[in-house]
This record gives sequence, C-alpha cells and structure tokens, in this order.
Amino acid sequence: MRALVAMSGGVDSSVAAALMLEEGYEVIGVTLKQWVGAGGAMPVAGCCTVSDAEDARRVAAQLDIPYYVLDYVDEFTAAVVEPFGAAYLAGRTPNPCIECNRKVRFTALLERTAAFDADVLVTGHHARIERDEQGWHLRTAVDGTKDQSYVLHMLGQDDLSKIRLPVGEMTKAEVRSRAAAMGLRTASKPDSQDICFVTSGDYREFLAERFPETALPGPIVDSAGETLGEHNGVTGFTIGQRRGLGIAVGDARYVIDIDPTERRVTVGTRDELLSDGCLVDDVSFISGSPPTRPDVTVKVRYRSTAIPGTLQPVGDRWEIRFAERHPAPAPGQAAVFYDGERVLGGGTIEEVIRS
Amino acid sequence: MPYLDHAATTPMRDDVRSAMAPYQGDRFGNPSGVHTVARVAKNAIEEARERIAAAIGAARPLEIVFTGGGTEADNLAIAGSALFRTGGVVTPAVEHAAVLESARFARRLGSEVTVVPVDSSGVVDPEEIASAVTDQTAVVSVMTANNETGVIQPIDAIARLVRSTRGRVTIHTDAVQAFPSLPIRVTDDSPDLITVSGHKIGGPKGVGFLFVRNGTELEPVIHGGGQELGRRSGTHDVAGIVGLAVAVEAAVAEREQYVNRVGAARDRFEHDLAARIPIEVTAGGADRLVSHSHLRFPGIRAETMLVRLDLAGVAASAGAACHSGAIATSYVLAAMGIAPDVAAESVRFSFGRGDDAVSGAEAARIVAEVAGGLP
Repeated sequence: MRALVAMSGGVDSSVAAALMLEEGYEVIGVTLKQWVGAGGAMPVAGCCTVSDAEDARRVAAQLDIPYYVLDYVDEFTAAVVEPFGAAYLAGRTPNPCIECNRKVRFTALLERTAAFDADVLVTGHHARIERDEQGWHLRTAVDGTKDQSYVLHMLGQDDLSKIRLPVGEMTKAEVRSRAAAMGLRTASKPDSQDICFVTSGDYREFLAERFPETALPGPIVDSAGETLGEHNGVTGFTIGQRRGLGIAVGDARYVIDIDPTERRVTVGTRDELLSDGCLVDDVSFISGSPPTRPDVTVKVRYRSTAIPGTLQPVGDRWEIRFAERHPAPAPGQAAVFYDGERVLGGGTIEEVIRS
Repeated sequence: MPYLDHAATTPMRDDVRSAMAPYQGDRFGNPSGVHTVARVAKNAIEEARERIAAAIGAARPLEIVFTGGGTEADNLAIAGSALFRTGGVVTPAVEHAAVLESARFARRLGSEVTVVPVDSSGVVDPEEIASAVTDQTAVVSVMTANNETGVIQPIDAIARLVRSTRGRVTIHTDAVQAFPSLPIRVTDDSPDLITVSGHKIGGPKGVGFLFVRNGTELEPVIHGGGQELGRRSGTHDVAGIVGLAVAVEAAVAEREQYVNRVGAARDRFEHDLAARIPIEVTAGGADRLVSHSHLRFPGIRAETMLVRLDLAGVAASAGAACHSGAIATSYVLAAMGIAPDVAAESVRFSFGRGDDAVSGAEAARIVAEVAGGLP
C-alpha cells in the first residue's frame, strides 16, 4: 500500500508521514509549490515557503522517503490569488486557504495520488474521517482547540474515501511529543498562521502592491450617513471589526457594512452589528445531499464556536437563520454546518440577513 | 537501477578519485606560496594545465584558465568579453542559462544583447548569427550542443562565417555537454573561448576551465589576489584541478569508445522504446549528441513520468535541473516552437560511459513498463 503525504514543512504533516510509515505504508512526500516571490523565487518566510519546503525535504530525508516538489503556481495564482484581490475589491473578506483547498490543493493532490499509483492521500489536518453504513463522515478533531474541519467542509464522499488524517486523532501536544520522540526537526516549530502568498505578513501591503485600487481612500460613516472620518482602503476592514477603525467616538463601534463601489465603511453600535443570519452560496454537503432536519449549528468564522441555527434552501443558495441574533458574519468567509461533531457541509457567505 | 541523467552529472571516475586523494591529504598546499608545501601544489596545477592544453590541442598551457565550474567559465567568457570595452553579445535563444543570464548581466551594465532565434530542431542558422553581429559586438556565444535536447550547433561554420564577414570577433562555445562525445580541438578556426566542466565527464564538481585563446580580450569577473594571471582570482581547488585533468585526458582518450558504446545504448533505448509505446523524439532528425534522448510521451505529464520513474529506480529529468526541485517549463523547447502542453510531456534521458546496448535495452524495458501503466 502506498500513501501520498502532503508535507507542508510543519509538525503535523511530518508526524502524519511518520505514522503512515509505522502503519506499514510505502510513503511518498510532496509539497505543492504554489507561489513564487520576486524573481521567481519561492518566498522565504511564512507557510508553504521555501524554508518550509526545505523543512519538509529534510523530514522526508530523515524518514528516508521519496519527496517531490510539485509546481502548481499557475493554478494557484489563477484560482486563489487573483480572486483574493477581487474579493476585497468587492468589499468581502475572503478566506484564501479555503479557496485553495476547494480549487487547487485537494484536486491536485488527489490527481497526483492516482497518477503516482498511491492508495491514499494523507494530510496533517486536525480533523477526523470516519465511516459507517451511511458512508464517510468528517468530524471535528480530538483537539478542539486545533480543529480544522472548517477548512475541509468542501470534501465529498469520493474525496473522503481516499483521504487519511492521522493526526486528527491526537492532541497537538501529543503530535509534538511524538515528533520530539522521533527526533523530527519540526517538533517545536511554531504553528503557521500567515497566508502563504503574503510573505511580508501584512496582507494589506500585499494587496496595495498587487491590486493598487484596494488602497484608495474613502469615508467612514455611521448608520445615519454622518461622516466620522476617512480610511486608506476598504481592505483594512472586515464586518464586525472593532479595533483600528481610526475614529474617535465615545463607546465601542463596529464595522457593520462595507460598500466597495462608494468605498464607504459604515460603523455602528454592537446592536447595529447584530444580524439574523446569512445567505450562503457554493454550498456542498459531505454526504452529497442536504440534511433531513433543518436544525444545525454553524461556524461563520474559522476558530469560532458553532452557534445554533436553521438551514433552508433559497433557490440555489442556502439561508442560515441564527437561533439568537449574532454579530454579523463577513461575506466571503465560509459558513460551515455541523451536527454536533459531524460536519454536514458548507459554502461561502454571500449576504448578511438583518430582519 | 538505471541512472539516465548523465547530462545533469556523472559519477566520478576511480582514476580521478585516486589522483585527487593526495591533494585532499598531505599535499594540501596553497599554490600561491613560496615554500615547499606550496610548490608541490603549484606543480600539480601547472602539470594539470599542461595536460589539459595538450589534450585539447591548445598551443600554450596558460590558455587554460581554471574556474569553479562550467557556469563560472561561461560568466567569464560572456561578461568578461562584454565588459572589456562594453561590447555587445550575440547568442541563440537555446543557450544554457549560464550564458543567457550572463548576457542579461552584461546588458544591465550597458552591453547590447541580441538573442537569435532557432529553427524547430533548435539549430541556429550561421547566417542569422553573422547578420546579428555588428562593429559593436564583443562576443558571439553558441553552444557546441544543447544540454536538454543534445542538438549539435554548427559552431565551426558560425565561427568561419562570422570571422570572414566581421573580422576577429571573439567566439565562445559552451562545450560542457558535448565534451565527451565530440572532438573539441583548438585550431585556428575553432572558437576563441571554450567552456568545459569537470563533473559532466567523470571529474569533480565545482571545477572547470575556460580555454582562452592567447590575445583574447577578457575582463576578469572574479576579483582578488590575481591568480590565473588575474583572469580568475581565488585560491585554487588543487585537488579538483588535478581530478579535472585526469577526467579531460580520459574523455579525449576514450572518446571513440564512448561514442560507440553510449551511442549504441541510446539508439537501442529509443528503438526498443518506440517498439513498445508511443514516443516522439525531440529533434529526432537533427544531429544530436549520442548521449541524449529527449522524448515526449503523449498524454503523460513529465512530472508524473519522472516521479513514477524515480519510484521504479530510474533517474531521468525534465530538461534542466531547477533549484527548487520543481519542474519548470523549458525555454529551450519554447524557443523551438514546441507548445507548452507538448513540452510538459517531455523527459530527458541521458546515457554515460557505463552504458552500452544491453543497458539501453534494459532501460527501455523499465521505462516502457512505467509508461505503459499510465493513462
């Protein structure tokens, strides 16, 4: 049995590769080269960069497994980076990692799994894949604080049948101690948070450079239309944002709306931020079909708590109604539906519902 | 375990290794000193220089300039010629990156660079080179044979034509890939600058030489203590230079045998492979080095092919090695007018001195098996 392990250069995928070897698989490590910096070089800092690829390569050498860098720069640029800028220009807050998983990574990796004659694809994601008589299920990770099921909601039955997530059964502390016990160089490497193609760590700088129109100034207004100040580009703002608004008002203010055509950012009180739900587009379900009962919990942001709500189809989109009014989610982020620990599916938040 | 990537590098010869060993041990001297230890090293590099000069027919040993490999020799040839009096560079589009990037560097320093197109086999027309040469041209650089496809350029015809129409313009050739296969001899008509690399011919990595015809105007590109008559500063890699000389002499002495055996391996490989699976030989109708087999496997991505070959124990490559290890699109194939999707299905196999018809047949069997199992 042969396993293709997607190695990011982090501790989770390093341990995943080692665990597959222990299980007796013939393991192949790969890193997707997704982004090139100035002069065609891979970026040197941040996730998926040249130093990470080197870490992956070194871990593969230590495990004595073949390792390859696969070039997906063109696909990634077209499917992730360009839409990233376009989404900000449309007043949204995109999640490029989800777009990447949806449009590039898993497609590419599953295609390579078949092409390299491997039986399973393995990643270092913290989530669990299980099977029962109804089919394949995606569940939250054993380590709730590290759960990554949110970014995997787009996977379907065929995908899950070919994917293994060995570290989803472990806590992060267990992963690190296994890595340390095996002497893997990534054992104490910090978790990566950055967007892989934003090497400076500042996505606004990246956008301003690559998509200059995102850095045009505009007004900051209140819900009555009163101008409170000026901003240096709508990309600095996300629905629900409280800090760094650059206005002096007595009590707390939140971004409640972004109008990209007028480049207008509207702020309001916490009450004005509250919403009743959202419309979700590009929805897919893990099982292949919608849940039979409308009651779900939903995460409208990565690393947030799932909140109760109801899920109903509206044309070819889906409407989430929160059980209790909730601070408005940011269009462009994913809404992921859960039944307890089980992921039902998810999609992209299109619109906030206030009524 | 077939190693079919000799164009990338070759295993070191035993006679090279044993010749080098004393200079990695007791004879560790810096040849630039005055004492006995230094003199032993100095004698070694000067003897190596004489032997290399004799092997390629250079009239004077000092026409051999030792460098840190083929890339450095190309840099010295191109940038060194262009910078001497800020003259232009004329070169075809399929040159090794060491030449093209050196030309780009010269351009940033004020030289005019003319990149001449090639035909569908990757061959440049001597007329086109000659007509690109002007009074301002400092150097014409045309590789003896291409590193990806093995296609041989008409370098003698180019040198003759350029000199007869444009006078004494410096002519450079990168003979790194061609050296074991083709007779590289210095004559009145041969190029003025010739690049040779050690590790492509069973010698050590990180050492090579540039033949510099006496009187050729060349600005040094590596500055320092003035070694190599000021043409290449830096303490000599004595062991490497000794190993290089052994490899050069052996390549010249064994050339006929090499051409026969390696040619038989390559021909048998292509013949047997074509009988089993669909392949297209890149520039199959052109004059090619006997060592190179650049093939397209229609419908199979090169990346898939290379990984599957590697897993089956076969080392091959897609064009030139790329530093990140990912596979880049070949500008050489693009210059030949080959579409990107065709180029993306092309793999380079290159044979070496250990190969013969039997190993060529064995390689074809394994490659056909790997390719046959793919969609």
